[in-house]
Amino acid sequence: MRSSTGIKQLAGLLVGGLLLALSTAVLSESAVTKGSKAADLGACVAPTEEMRRNHMDYLQHDRDLTVHEGIRGVKYSLAECVDCHAGKDEQQKPIPINAPGQFCAGCHEYMAVSLACFQCHRKTPEDKTTSLGDALDDKARAGHSLGLLLDAGQQPMLSPAEFAQLHALIQED
Amino acid sequence: MSKSTDQPEMNRREFLGKTIVAATAATVAPGVLLSVAKAGPEQKGVTSDVRWGLLIDTNKCADGCTSCVDACHTENGIDLQEKPEGHSDAMWEQQRVQWIRKVKLQDKLTGEQTNLPLMCQHCEHPPCVDVCPTGASFKRADGIVMVDRHICIGCRYCMMACPYKARSFIHEEVANQLVRAPRGKGCVESCTLCVHRIDDGGTTTACQDACSSEGHNAIVFGDLKDPNSDISKALKEQSSRQIRADLELNTGVRYTNV
Ligand code: HEC
Ligand code: HEC
Ligand code: HEC
Repeated sequence: MRSSTGIKQLAGLLVGGLLLALSTAVLSESAVTKGSKAADLGACVAPTEEMRRNHMDYLQHDRDLTVHEGIRGVKYSLAECVDCHAGKDEQQKPIPINAPGQFCAGCHEYMAVSLACFQCHRKTPEDKTTSLGDALDDKARAGHSLGLLLDAGQQPMLSPAEFAQLHALIQED
Repeated sequence: MSKSTDQPEMNRREFLGKTIVAATAATVAPGVLLSVAKAGPEQKGVTSDVRWGLLIDTNKCADGCTSCVDACHTENGIDLQEKPEGHSDAMWEQQRVQWIRKVKLQDKLTGEQTNLPLMCQHCEHPPCVDVCPTGASFKRADGIVMVDRHICIGCRYCMMACPYKARSFIHEEVANQLVRAPRGKGCVESCTLCVHRIDDGGTTTACQDACSSEGHNAIVFGDLKDPNSDISKALKEQSSRQIRADLELNTGVRYTNV
C-alpha cells in the first residue's frame, strides 16, 4: 500500500512542529480521521497493515466472544473502534463514525462496502460523565417517560387462574 | 415440611448425569483454571458453574411502583427509543420495547390484588430457543437466555413461542443507543439479566438495585447453583413458584406469594 508505519512515524518525528504543512501531508497518508483520539496515537490495536486487511474478521470473532462467551473488553471491540476513531466537529462534538467521509465510512465508500453495524451500535463515543451521553437532550427526555403499563389503571389485570394459564393472555397494551 | 419449592426439579437419572459431568469437569479444571488466571479479570467468560436467576417476592412488590421498569429502561437504553413519526399512540404503546412489565393479579372472589414484575424467565428449556431457525435465540452457559442480534433475522417465532410475552421486536430504525445496549430495526430482544454488568463482575441487576433503593427489596438476583447465595437461601426458606410450572421449562425466575 502506501509508506510503511515506520517511515510515517519517523517523518512525523523529524518534521514535528517545525514544518506543519509537511507533517499534515504525511499524516494524511493514513486514513485516520483528524481530531479523533487515534490521530494522536501511533498504533492501532494491531499493526496497521493487518488492521486494513483483517479488521472485519477480527470484529466478527470478538463479537462472538462477547455475546456468547461473556468476555468483555475484547481486543477488537466495536465500541473501542468508535471510541478511538470517531472524529469531532469544530464545536468538539463527536461526528458519527459512519457519516460520509468519516473513518469507517470513508474507506468503505471507496471500497463499496456497506455496514449494518451502526444501525444498532452507537456511532459516537459515549460521554462517560453522564450515563446517557449526549444521546437525548433533556427536552426530548421530558414527556418521554414510559407510558406502557405504568399507569396503575393500565396494568394488565388477570385472575390467578388466568395467570396460571398465562400464554397469550396478557392482552393489555 | 410442606414447603413447595420447585427449584431443583431434578430426577435421579438427571442427577446422576450431572454428577458425572461435574466429575469430568473437575479433572479438566486445573488446565482451565491456568488459562483463566492468565487472562485477567475480564477474560473469564461464562461458565455453567453458575446459573443466574431472580426471586421475586410479590408481597413486597408495591402497587403503582414502577422503579424496576424505569431502571431497566435507563440501564438498557430503552427510553432512548422515540415514537416514530406518524405512528398512533396506540401503535406506539403496543410496539415499544419492554423487557420488564408490571402485572397485577386480582382474585375474582376476594378482590385481593397481587403485583409482580414479569420479564424473560430465563428458562432452562427455553421454547424461544427451540423455535429459532437461525440459532440467534440461545442460552448462555450461565443460564441467561438471549438473542444474538447479529444472527437474528427478525422472524419473531420466538415471540410467539414465549409463554410470558417477554420479547419485543424493533419495528423502526433507532437513532440513539448506549454503548452497552446496541439496538436496531428488525431484531427481537428481551431481558438479558443485565448481562453487561454480570460479565464485568457485577452482582446486581438494575431492577433489583432500583427496587432496593425504593426500600421494597422484592427482587433478589443471584446464582441458583450456589447454595450460599442469597437467592438459594431464600428459595430454601419459603415456598416459591414458577409461572406456568406445568410447561416444565424450569425457569430461572421464581416468585413467592402468588
Ligand atoms: C441488530 C443489532 C446489531 C447489529 C446490526 C450489529 N450488532 Fe453488534 N451487537 C449487538 C448487540 C445487542 C450486542 C451485545 C452488546 C452487549 O451485550 O454489550 C453486540 C455486540 C457486539 C460486539 C461486542 C461488543 C463490542 O462493542 O465490542 C461486537 C464486536 C459487535 N457487536 C460487532 C458488530 C459488527 C462488526 C457489526 C456489523 C457487521 C454489528 N456488530 C452489527 C447488536 C447488533
Ligand atoms: C487505541 C486507539 C485505537 C483503537 C481502539 C482502534 N484503533 Fe484503529 N487505528 C488507531 C491508530 C492510531 C491508527 C493509525 C496507525 C498508523 O498511523 O499506522 C489506526 C489505524 C487503523 C486502520 C488503518 C487505517 C489506514 O490508514 O488505512 C484501520 C483499518 C483501523 N485502525 C481499524 C480499527 C478498527 C476496526 C478498530 C476496532 C476493532 C480500531 N481500529 C480500534 C487507533 C485505534
Ligand atoms: C483502510 C480502509 C478501511 C477502513 C478505514 C475501515 N474498513 Fe472496514 N472494510 C474495508 C474493506 C476493504 C472491507 C471489505 C473486505 C471484503 O469485502 O472482503 C471492509 C469490511 C468491513 C466489514 C465487513 C463488512 C461485511 O459486510 O461483511 C466490517 C464489519 C468493517 N469493515 C468494519 C469496519 C469498521 C467498524 C471500521 C471503522 C472503525 C472500518 N471497517 C474501517 C476497509 C476499511
